[in-house]
Amino acid sequence: MMDNKMIVEGSLESTDKGFAFYGRLPYYRGLGLSMIEDIQITVDGELIPRADVRFHVRGKTYTLDEMETVYDDRWNFGEKAKIIAMKPGGLPAGEHKVEFAVRMRVSYLPFVPTTKDTKVLALAA
Amino acid sequence: MPIKRGVSLYSFQNETFQGKMTLEDCIRTCAEMGANGIEVIGEQSFWGWPEQEVDPAEIENWHHLIAKYECVPVSHDFMLDYKRYKGREMPFEEQVASVRKDIDFGARLGVKYLRALVSIAPEVLVAAAPYALEKGLKILIEVHAPLHFDHPWIIRHAEAFEKSGSDALGFLPDMGMFLHAFPPIWKEKFLRLGVPQNIADYVVKAYEDRVLSEYVILNVQQMGGVGPAIAMAETLRHNAAFEPKRMLDYMPRIHNIHGKFYEITADASGTYAEPSIPYDEIISVLKQGGYDGYICSEYEGNRWIEDAMEPDSVEQVRRQQVMLATLLGEPAPQMRAAA
Repeated sequence: MMDNKMIVEGSLESTDKGFAFYGRLPYYRGLGLSMIEDIQITVDGELIPRADVRFHVRGKTYTLDEMETVYDDRWNFGEKAKIIAMKPGGLPAGEHKVEFAVRMRVSYLPFVPTTKDTKVLALAA
Repeated sequence: MPIKRGVSLYSFQNETFQGKMTLEDCIRTCAEMGANGIEVIGEQSFWGWPEQEVDPAEIENWHHLIAKYECVPVSHDFMLDYKRYKGREMPFEEQVASVRKDIDFGARLGVKYLRALVSIAPEVLVAAAPYALEKGLKILIEVHAPLHFDHPWIIRHAEAFEKSGSDALGFLPDMGMFLHAFPPIWKEKFLRLGVPQNIADYVVKAYEDRVLSEYVILNVQQMGGVGPAIAMAETLRHNAAFEPKRMLDYMPRIHNIHGKFYEITADASGTYAEPSIPYDEIISVLKQGGYDGYICSEYEGNRWIEDAMEPDSVEQVRRQQVMLATLLGEPAPQMRAAA
């Protein structure tokens, strides 16, 4: 659910350290950060290594490994979190195909859902 | 006392997720439909909960809105994430403590009921019941497809509730368990995903014929079905046409109802109906059982159509509320136009 609303349109930005966009949790509620099992970012077909992904929300930045033991912070319902890819040099201006996948551990589900969204985002020069 | 109409704000998730409707928009919309009972998933409507404290101003605003639109807080639906820790289940005592926290939160919202998810163990609820009683709340386990009132897991809950002797424990049936026909919007979604027409038609017919899910899955495989075709057949593992009358044995412990629906269609005369869930029969059973609580709309068609169109949750809920008001025999003037 909300699959096609995960990546926030027009939110792609780039610096010399990497690139970032705003992402929302594809769910009808929020989730404590320890239950975000994985976030995968692919840009123009290139998968960003897990260790190079950062999650930033309300002034705090976490690595995915750190998030696994964060019990006092959340990714709220509909909340736009900054999804950061550490990638020296960032991205060149122009259009980029961004794929964003989130794997969640949901207590009541008899499976572990992964939901993804793919969008072409423009990066201004 | 007549059966009352309410709405779970879950219904408006597509709009609230995108910031298109505020809490006030939701509550005003329900009030305009004459559906004055408001159910929330606490952590959907109140950011921060349960990992963080909710700003008291948010709770104050909730009470202000409830009073302004003359509504009634019905239920706080809690989740209890017992898989919060990777690789190990939350210990029993911690689960009970977590439920107590949600009881406190429900009390702050002024609701009478807490919704517990069906996967929660009965022992946890029984252990939390005395605190719920102390706070004047009842914990209701949501009986939701594929579970149903004759399933051993639900019977185990019922037995634990009876043994506890507590009035603070009960059931919240989700009407989706009475899925009497394969929902047309499910079929349309699977067709968009590439399921061949003959397989989609077969699954719908097999559902109508009440064929066992495992046979349907095998037949679809043998028809050459792969991927989404198998997924379509597998929905029969998680849904079935259970009988509304099965609620009758449990009426004394049923205190809230989820009016689950996928789509409300209008026929040529403008009469609204849910093509897959028999609300006429459901209302008749509830009346027979002397039910006098709320039926809270729970629109879940959004996720089945969002790939093709933007859901109009307000219009769908409005249609269901008109349908419910008619089935309940309410005079038409109680239904005002939607916002």
